[in-house]
Amino acid sequence: MAVPVAGDVEGTRVPVRLVVDLNRCEGYAQCAFLAPDVFTMHGEEALMYSPRAGQAQREQVIRAVAACPVQAITVDGADAEETRTDAR
Amino acid sequence: MPADTAAREFRRQGRVVVVGASLAGLRAAETLREEGFTGSLTMIGDEPHDPYDRPPLSKQVLLGRTAADDTELPRRRRLDARWRLGVAATGLDLADRRVRLADGEEVEFDRLLIATGARARPWFRESEAALDGVFVLRTADDASRLDRKLAAGPRRVLVVGAGFTGSEIASACRERGLEVTVAERGPAPLVGALGGVVGAVAARLQREHGVDLRCGITVTSLEGDMAGRLRRAHLSDGTALDVDVAVIGLGAMRNTKWLAGSGLAAGPRGIACDAGCRAFDVHGIVTDDVFVAGDVARSPHPLFGYQFLSLEHWGNAVAQAEVAAHNMISSGLERRPHLWVPAFWSAQFGVNIKSVGVPPMGEEIVVTQGALGENRFVAAYGYQGRVIAAVAFDQARWIDFYRRLIESAAPFPPVFAGVDRRPEGARPVPADFPDPSLPTHGPTVTLSGYSPSERRLQFTPARA
Ligand SMILES: Cc1cc2nc3c(=O)[nH]c(=O)nc-3n(C[C@H](O)[C@H](O)[C@H](O)COP(=O)(O)OP(=O)(O)OC[C@H]3O[C@@H](n4cnc5c(N)ncnc54)[C@H](O)[C@@H]3O)c2cc1C
Ligand code: SF4
Repeated sequence: MAVPVAGDVEGTRVPVRLVVDLNRCEGYAQCAFLAPDVFTMHGEEALMYSPRAGQAQREQVIRAVAACPVQAITVDGADAEETRTDAR
Repeated sequence: MPADTAAREFRRQGRVVVVGASLAGLRAAETLREEGFTGSLTMIGDEPHDPYDRPPLSKQVLLGRTAADDTELPRRRRLDARWRLGVAATGLDLADRRVRLADGEEVEFDRLLIATGARARPWFRESEAALDGVFVLRTADDASRLDRKLAAGPRRVLVVGAGFTGSEIASACRERGLEVTVAERGPAPLVGALGGVVGAVAARLQREHGVDLRCGITVTSLEGDMAGRLRRAHLSDGTALDVDVAVIGLGAMRNTKWLAGSGLAAGPRGIACDAGCRAFDVHGIVTDDVFVAGDVARSPHPLFGYQFLSLEHWGNAVAQAEVAAHNMISSGLERRPHLWVPAFWSAQFGVNIKSVGVPPMGEEIVVTQGALGENRFVAAYGYQGRVIAAVAFDQARWIDFYRRLIESAAPFPPVFAGVDRRPEGARPVPADFPDPSLPTHGPTVTLSGYSPSERRLQFTPARA
């Protein structure tokens, strides 16, 4: 299930927030192959990732989300707010 | 009004308040909207941050690879919520259905979700806990301060308590080239969560990576200099250690104080709820408008003898939040039980550790694949002749298989032919959990007896 990514609205491209469900992740490393700036293997099979990817990595991250064999990667949804909507 | 009509009305224009704006709170809110809740949604959180993810705090962040404020959780969808961040809930009035906030505001609700999680157990002596150089690790602010301190190159770091968080901190310190001593009261790291057999592997891993690991020892006091900076730690064996950083990894405490006197079955070990996430009141009667999810919850699990489990697991927070949200806007037969099989991961010293089931229930353990000595294995835990849990070191892809064994109450020792079975794995041995009445760093799964309104402080797992 490929998840659309926030930031498409009228050029307001923001960094992509992401999280990996590491219970589900089986360390196949497809993501590390497709988006090496964001996902790296640490030791033999522990995945380390950057929870915030820059604009430059956006395409890569989307490809990684789609390629993960166990759908472990979640990124901002297309209509997600960038942040809370009201002031503190 | 018939129940399903009421549920439909509530979905359309009910008022939901979520207290605790972190993993469980956020995922519950998303699920409410996903499932068609169009009423008003208020998110109350005492941290001044948007919901963020904690597991990276002891891993990527302490390794200096990710900034602590870069761990915000992605949003699955638009929430249209009213956010009250940086303000704590201080009280709950069940009769009037109101939550009181620290700034005096009162927020009314039709249904409430409590997802206030846990906080780090502080060092027991306040004056020592306040020394410059003494840290805990639970929040992004904690992580950011600790990361800065580690980057400044302290001479030696002391980690008090070798549970998962303590062990991950020690691992990050070694990777940064820092000298680190770990003091653990139990016989080995991770022993409360995984038992002595696997604990011995964890101990060897630490030592192989240059950790000065001292087990069977407690830190008795922390000493500061004239300027209030930590300089020395005193240990129960009479020795002292010069350190300029001490990280307290003595487990977590549930955030339930704000519910004192509310009438809910909330105590130091969490809020008791049914498998449908509805909170119990002090009489053990289930409420219908107050739901609980995440680290603060303790709920009965049919697979584990209906014992109340308190879980400090990321996956539990997500799964329970989704069930709670679904049930908040559903009636009767549409409601679902939270039947998630406990599972968690940890990354330390380059090894990917995964667990499924409830290891502390295990009486015996058998290595089913690989070998302990190679730091690469799967071991199964047995309880009354069935598989109750499994742990994997660098064998993540097998965990799902073991989950199915647990779910189907497969016989222990497992009868399948081990793919990569060594002589040492042929026979089950005692799993070797320490006396549970002496918690060390706090296991991540706590078996907390049966009675919903039970509020004792004692740690009393029912073992048979
Ligand atoms: C350093 C660290 C590493 C971890 N690593 C792993 C791991 O590798 N694997 C794993 O499975 N799990 C791990 N965990 C556990 C996981 O992060 C938790 O299970 C998860 O955060 C639970 O989410 P929660 O929303 O229930 O509670 P929390 O994340 O604790 O959130 C509760 C929120 O409620 C707020 N709150 C409390 N009281 C009030 C109040 N009165 N009013 C308003 N707001 C309040 C709190 O400040 C907090 O923001 C780790 C945790 C930590 C701290
Ligand atoms: S592709 Fe998916 S399973 Fe593979 S390492 Fe990445 S997140 Fe894990």
